[in-house]
Amino acid sequence: MIRVCVLFAAGINCDEETAYAFELAGACPETVHINRLKKKPALLRNYQIFVIPGGFSYGDYIASGRVLANEIKHNLSEEIERFLAEGKLILGICNGFQVLVKSGLLPALEKPFEPQRVTLDTNDSARYEDRWVYLRTETTPCVFTRNLPEIVYLPVAHSEGKFIVDTPETLRQLNARGQIVLRYVNARGERAGYPDNPNGSVEGIAGICDPTGRIFGLMPHPERYTRREHHPRWHRENLTKPDGIVIFENAVNYVQENL
Amino acid sequence: MAGSKVRQNMVWEVEITKKTPDPEAKALIADVKDLGLKKVSSLKITRLWFLSGELDERDIQHITDELLCDPVNEQARITLLTDGRLKTVTGFEVLFNPGVMDPSVASVLRALTDMGYSGCSVRSGRRYEFNREFSPAEQDRLVKGLLLNPLIQHLAQPGEMVFARARSYRFRPAVIRITGVDDVRLAAISRERLLALSLEEMQILRRFYEELGREPTDVELETFAQTWSEHCQHKTFRGEITFGARQINNLLKSTIMRVTEELNLPWVLSAFHDNSGVIEFDEHYGISFKVETHNHPSALEPYGGAATGIGGVIRDCLGTGLGAKPVMNTDVFCFGYPGTPYEELPPGVLHPRRVLKGVVSGVRDYGNRMGIPTANGAVLFDDGFLTNPLVFCGTIGLIPRDCLRKEVRAGQAIVLLGGRTGRDGIHGVTFASLELDQDSAAFSSGAVQIGNPIEEKKLRDLVLTARDRKLFSAITDCGGGGLSSAVGELAQGHGCEVWLEKVPLKYPGLTPAEIWVSEAQERMVVFVEPGQVESLLRLAKEHDVEATVIGRVTDSGQLVVKYRERVVADLPMDFLHHGWRSVKRTAVWNRPDVSEPYVPEYQNLNEITLKLLASPNIASKEWITRQYDHEVQAGTIVKPFCGEHSTGPSDAAVIMPVRNSARACVIACGICPRYGMIDPYWMAASAIDEALRNCIAAGGDIERTAILDNFCWGSPERPEQLGALVRAAEACYDIARGFRVPFISGKDSLYNEFRTATGETVPIPGTLLISAVSVIPDGTKTVTADFKRAGSLIYLLGDTLPELGGSEYLRLHGGLGRDVPKVEPGRARRLMRQLGRAIRAGLVLACHDLSEGGLGVAVMEMAFAGGLGARLDLRRVPGAQRFERDDFLLFSESNSRFLCEVRPEARHHFERLMRGLPVRAIGQTTRELQVVIRGLQATEVLRLAVADAERVWRQALTARL
Repeated sequence: MIRVCVLFAAGINCDEETAYAFELAGACPETVHINRLKKKPALLRNYQIFVIPGGFSYGDYIASGRVLANEIKHNLSEEIERFLAEGKLILGICNGFQVLVKSGLLPALEKPFEPQRVTLDTNDSARYEDRWVYLRTETTPCVFTRNLPEIVYLPVAHSEGKFIVDTPETLRQLNARGQIVLRYVNARGERAGYPDNPNGSVEGIAGICDPTGRIFGLMPHPERYTRREHHPRWHRENLTKPDGIVIFENAVNYVQENL
Repeated sequence: MAGSKVRQNMVWEVEITKKTPDPEAKALIADVKDLGLKKVSSLKITRLWFLSGELDERDIQHITDELLCDPVNEQARITLLTDGRLKTVTGFEVLFNPGVMDPSVASVLRALTDMGYSGCSVRSGRRYEFNREFSPAEQDRLVKGLLLNPLIQHLAQPGEMVFARARSYRFRPAVIRITGVDDVRLAAISRERLLALSLEEMQILRRFYEELGREPTDVELETFAQTWSEHCQHKTFRGEITFGARQINNLLKSTIMRVTEELNLPWVLSAFHDNSGVIEFDEHYGISFKVETHNHPSALEPYGGAATGIGGVIRDCLGTGLGAKPVMNTDVFCFGYPGTPYEELPPGVLHPRRVLKGVVSGVRDYGNRMGIPTANGAVLFDDGFLTNPLVFCGTIGLIPRDCLRKEVRAGQAIVLLGGRTGRDGIHGVTFASLELDQDSAAFSSGAVQIGNPIEEKKLRDLVLTARDRKLFSAITDCGGGGLSSAVGELAQGHGCEVWLEKVPLKYPGLTPAEIWVSEAQERMVVFVEPGQVESLLRLAKEHDVEATVIGRVTDSGQLVVKYRERVVADLPMDFLHHGWRSVKRTAVWNRPDVSEPYVPEYQNLNEITLKLLASPNIASKEWITRQYDHEVQAGTIVKPFCGEHSTGPSDAAVIMPVRNSARACVIACGICPRYGMIDPYWMAASAIDEALRNCIAAGGDIERTAILDNFCWGSPERPEQLGALVRAAEACYDIARGFRVPFISGKDSLYNEFRTATGETVPIPGTLLISAVSVIPDGTKTVTADFKRAGSLIYLLGDTLPELGGSEYLRLHGGLGRDVPKVEPGRARRLMRQLGRAIRAGLVLACHDLSEGGLGVAVMEMAFAGGLGARLDLRRVPGAQRFERDDFLLFSESNSRFLCEVRPEARHHFERLMRGLPVRAIGQTTRELQVVIRGLQATEVLRLAVADAERVWRQALTARL
């Protein structure tokens, strides 16, 4: 059985549906409070997938994800390095993506927990916004997006999701190594402005992975599209498989095949 | 460096600014313009952090780099304040008051601990530097209106100590002499202490204490003030009313509760006796629903008032039975018009745009952080809400059916869970029973509470986990009246002893009376069997939630409150809860003298239709709604927007709250205050009809729908206000009874009045919000309002009558009108039942209710939402023979009407279901992107491009915000 550690901390609020998405994908998710993990980091060894769900960890008062990122860096870095060395998977959704970026687990150009090179800034609109967006799946080593259609449709719901980089060189490297996994596009698959790009992210970047493709973070919420009726137009369109569930199935299949 | 730690009183100041453009500053500039301040073009916002403790320069650099400053988009400047005082102040620097817990500080302290720094003190602040200077009057408006809340913040002054200490409290027994004093003095005591007790009530107390042979303590007087408040006892609704020749005893029982009692439906699991009403969901779960108002606090401090409004109703949900899991929030607001000129604002009143933005941000920040979808609501505008905005917040919960009952027994420990207690919200309950005046903002700021959603999120997590482990036997929230109401009510039939010194405080200096009535947020009270206390405290610790035993349940029948071993209150529960005298009031109602305004005859109805679509009451609320997370928990299957581009308006929200189950709840609301200016009876009737038809339009089942009432009214001490209230309540009985729909919960908020500088009192338009929840077995059998394909038949269900009173169409012509829409509940119920059947049978592709703007607006919305056109013939409209004018027919707001899109193949089946009802096909959907309407004379009266209608509808309100 593939076991998933769904991280829980004060302010995380997408834990239940994220766990459920993994359950639908055939895994066995367990929600683990950060306080328990801090007390006993080796607990992480029981799992093959580590996921940080969306929410507002600790209120996101300093900056989104900052406090939880710090907590992970200072208490779990050894265990996480070991987890990664064993070829296991890490996923961060929305606030979880912000945590991965701020702890240096993404983009991890050189190594995990490196100094922060990218960030998720306040949306250009300066507002929290909930809307569905089209995303283009790029060709990358990312194991989570292998069977995704070229254009997928998922909801975003955040106020700090504008992906920016420290230098043009970082962006060049991300492109060169195929670490840019998802980009905001319009319904025809072209790069476009607001609201297709809901926050003003550079090059429409919505999700990135590390060079191995086993750490993946994204602003959109795949766990909110795991059944047909989640789609905003299910009353009017013939829909095939929900795009969100594929991401969770990919993770589970990868573990099944490789670990 | 270990030897060179700085001295304790030194403070590091870290200033953080953005390297990238700052959208927050841009948004704030827009808000400054809302205040009427001109020529503000640039603003720099700096976040300030103050840290003290054993920190040297290397430490503070490390903390800045790792925690406070994002290396990618921010830059930092570090300064050492050697004497712990601010040297200079640039621009406006806003700091929290000493002792006030700022949520961001808690998270910094947590992170510092992770980094190995302990024993630090932290404060935060913000600096605002504008491109121009402000006159003292402008500065006052800017600072108090936008930059800070004086209850919790202040402008920093040069030389100010960064870490000042709050005063501590030394116990002084406080006894107030009321025995033997005259009535004048009695009334003065009530007024001076903001008790809001009437002279008659003070006289009852005087007699009580004279018989007891002692004087009351301050804690006791406060307890009476809270327990006997209008807010807690609904004295008006339960009192005696003389209405013309009639005597009404207990309006609540004889109207609203009577519906539920007479219908006696088996699926109503709990009505009117817990923190929410509960109906059956399936064999395992119930659905709870509660709606609260937070009008007074939101008028003074829109952000905090609305945030704590939503926070409070979420705790009502958690405090229902043994705890319901919040699964959805609703919110309904009434504001003054966003375009109101500044010159027309009475002194002391915030601009409606500012109120709107503050309220929306408050609901957004609290609801989103809680992880509860906000998926249904309404926003209305009327000049009548300029001084008294209305803010309604609702929470739907999911509760296991074996958790519906609380059990209170002597010997149980009383445990306080959650946030610490401060001076916040003192006198909130009694404040709600007083009218606002222009000085309210100045001296009632203690009544504004401060919210911390993450504290409440932790509390929610703890309560639901502890409930499932059966660690407590009863629970309630600390809302209005604080501990005094929570403990007093829960232990009512028994008795209790409370030890106030055990209550964890935010800062020292609170008197026992303040601790007892504080309305500090994010607190719940649970009663716990002695054997479970330890397990509960341990679980709370795991969740980082404070849990403290503060007393025990007794069987003495007395409410005993102690502070450090001294008795500060000792009251018989029976007298406390039943000693108040029901009030006697007089009510009158006279039909207002209203007439029909002049409406010119238009050549065609194109322009006027566009004008209607641009009315703030009709235009899209997308700017507001998108700021709410409406799909967290992944259960929302009909969202606030529908259609080809998710821009069309949905009539209701549909959620599937239980995973692996297709069962669903349909949630909707109805509110129409303008009708009440003509006749409150038909306003209430129309609000019920509107809530039900929104619910049914999305696929709800009229036979499984329950409703909630929320009355917001002026002072019931004015006979004409009370008369209007009685009429509305009586309509609630007649109409809900006719629909066979039970009320399960309700609340009233009275005294929504504003006293102007000239002493004139302005009450709000009496307003009734009806919220509806329907349970259906299969959420996939629902519909949305957008047209789905070309060539379908468009049916109009329900009769149209020439009753434009209170309509948006007449408002556009500057009048109210006389003929207000009526409701025939028996007929309407039959129609709704058959429509529900048609929807569940899959015959209906799209359905939309007809409300503001009538048929004309509804067909436009369905067309642009679906990216399709339509052709209609008004001669076919049921009731058309009653009309001579196309515009009146097109824009009449008659109740109980729907537009349905039906596949031609389903025509016969659909018409068979509708047999005997006023239902007719009035047109078709078309591929051509125009809406074309033929009038009563068979000529074309309207032809509009769908795209034009959509653009106007979507942009009208956004452009004003």
